[in-house]
Amino acid sequence: MSRAAESRAPSPAQADAPVIALMGNPNVGKSTLFNRLTHLRQHTGNWPGKTVESASGVFTYKGRPYRVVDLPGTYSVLGKSPEEQVAVDYIRSGEAQVVVVVCDGTCLERNLNLALQVMRLTSRVVVCVNLLDEAEKKHIRIDLRRLESLLGVPVVGTAAGSGDGIGALQEALRLVVDGFSEPRPAVFAREGGQTPEELVRAAERLAAQVQEGGRGVREGRLERLLTGRWTAFPVMLLLLLTVFWLTIVGANVPSALLQRGFDRVGAWLRAAFSLLRAPWWLRGALLDGVWETVARVVAVMLPPMAIFFPLFTLLEDLGYLPRVAYALDRPFAVCGACGKQSLSMCMGFGCNAAGVVGCRIIDSPRERLIAVLTNSFVPCNGRFPALITLILLLTGGRGGGLVSASALTACVLLGIAMTFLASRLLSRTVLRGVPSSFTLELPPFRRPRVAEVIVRSMLDRTLFVLGRAAAVAAPAGLAIWCMRSVSVGGTSLMTAAAAFLQPAGAALGLSGTILLAFLLGFPANELVIPIILMMTSGGGIGTESGMADTVRTLLGAGWNARTAVCCILFFLFHWPCSTTCLTIRRETGSTVWTLAAAALPTAFGILLCAAVRLIWRG
Amino acid sequence: MTEISSLDSLPVGRPGIVTEIRAAGAMGRRLTDLGMIVGTEVCRVHRSPFGDPSAYRIRGAVIALRRSTAGEIMVRWE
Repeated sequence: MSRAAESRAPSPAQADAPVIALMGNPNVGKSTLFNRLTHLRQHTGNWPGKTVESASGVFTYKGRPYRVVDLPGTYSVLGKSPEEQVAVDYIRSGEAQVVVVVCDGTCLERNLNLALQVMRLTSRVVVCVNLLDEAEKKHIRIDLRRLESLLGVPVVGTAAGSGDGIGALQEALRLVVDGFSEPRPAVFAREGGQTPEELVRAAERLAAQVQEGGRGVREGRLERLLTGRWTAFPVMLLLLLTVFWLTIVGANVPSALLQRGFDRVGAWLRAAFSLLRAPWWLRGALLDGVWETVARVVAVMLPPMAIFFPLFTLLEDLGYLPRVAYALDRPFAVCGACGKQSLSMCMGFGCNAAGVVGCRIIDSPRERLIAVLTNSFVPCNGRFPALITLILLLTGGRGGGLVSASALTACVLLGIAMTFLASRLLSRTVLRGVPSSFTLELPPFRRPRVAEVIVRSMLDRTLFVLGRAAAVAAPAGLAIWCMRSVSVGGTSLMTAAAAFLQPAGAALGLSGTILLAFLLGFPANELVIPIILMMTSGGGIGTESGMADTVRTLLGAGWNARTAVCCILFFLFHWPCSTTCLTIRRETGSTVWTLAAAALPTAFGILLCAAVRLIWRG
Repeated sequence: MTEISSLDSLPVGRPGIVTEIRAAGAMGRRLTDLGMIVGTEVCRVHRSPFGDPSAYRIRGAVIALRRSTAGEIMVRWE
């Protein structure tokens, strides 16, 4: 996942803006605070709760811009783990005028430990006690003024979720930057030679002096339901099914409407082109090539994405994903992998490239590599709409959305099963080793901020992924049109290429055309189905409206149930898209591992498809 | 009656006091970062569906530890 904010060079006005660094334990609402400060700007594509690389943004307060750097969440700055090193190096570099240590008001003791550690690296610290609203719900009262006098640095209380205290934090930052208030860490915090244990005890004493109440918190009913011995997996399955059902049922109508709208615009464009007497090749390249492909990608992709992403983000916001990792840790351990792999796997449902970056949360290099190599075994959001189309082809729309949703859930479960199998295979062969120990924090459940989630997931994820898909769809559409129009010796390039791939495609229960579409779809999985349609429908005037008609076109092209099953299997297990491959290359720093990450799922896909083809004589 | 056992034998819902941490290296450090030192109160709040890992309340936060890690931590409980 690349961040727009990082690639953008600061404008001259921002170049000398004071820099504010945000630090804190994971799950203290640091990213929410960051978004509040910078008004959601310049934070494209952050997967909440999992800031794995530092992001930066800008806010203006009293006429002056400030640059905010959001450092990865860390428990300590004394150790040697990668995220700790990033944080320590950044603070030592002196680039930041002020370091804000964000603390969780419901868990002050442990968070103050980090604050004390940071105060030994720099004195320019502002402590921000966040999540005060949650602390209040737990009947925890914190005396911020007393904490300030004990620590010797400014202390501000916030509830970033509702925006409370953001102004006070900005004012405190301004006062420090302008030299009106000078943090003087208390003597006990500055003393060198303290062992980590002594710092923990110092934090304990501090918390005891400023905090009241909050004892005897009991395990909630929701927790028992979501992670209970007999309920955890049924609930997980039910949630998966519900999300898919809503996606399928909700996406059908808007998808058809979009396609109809695009067809109408296409007809107008066609009329305009013939009115202008545009040459046939220009009309063909732009309308039959670029326009048709982009329109199909948008019509097929946008509605499922616009439903799936917000639903998924709601579950994320609730704090459900760490519970999944908790429940699934044992199976992953049996496969020689880390339970946190289920977190990167869940991120893979959104986007495999993001999932690969998310693997950074896994400490052991061996287990991280396993997670990277197996991430594309779960279908990303670019593959869901295609899978839905193929499932509709298979069911013929019978049984309504529930049958389709069950089939899609089965596809995902197959993907997860293969993730386990592949992980086990890797840890028994090339990545041999024993599972390392790990700690996983289960943050308290938080009421999702529905409106914000919808806005954020629409803007950050849907539009980002869609934009990328459309950007690669245009050149791909052009390439397809050229391949179809340029003929050598009476056959078009496309026919020739499809004929060349036919034996391989047939052996997999597919066809040369389908295999060609998968190859041409390397830039983005979203392209594969539209490309198949472009190739089989002959590129005439778009007659398809929505998924039902897509299905009809495919049936007309000689598809049968086995073709659909093999196509689904190959969709689940083939090489990752180009973005994911580039991300894997960047994360592993190795071309060999990148090739392995492409070869592994492809090998699974080939084996499964060939097996279906051999067993099922259609 | 006071008992001393490893953390993974602590019954669910029973608070205990850490008496010894045998985990060394990175895990030992991480436990300290989480605020778990000798004398810290821990409570096993939950067992995951497969029985391992378990969730422990440490200084207000809930942390999941695998049995192999919990086995290296000794607790005193009644």
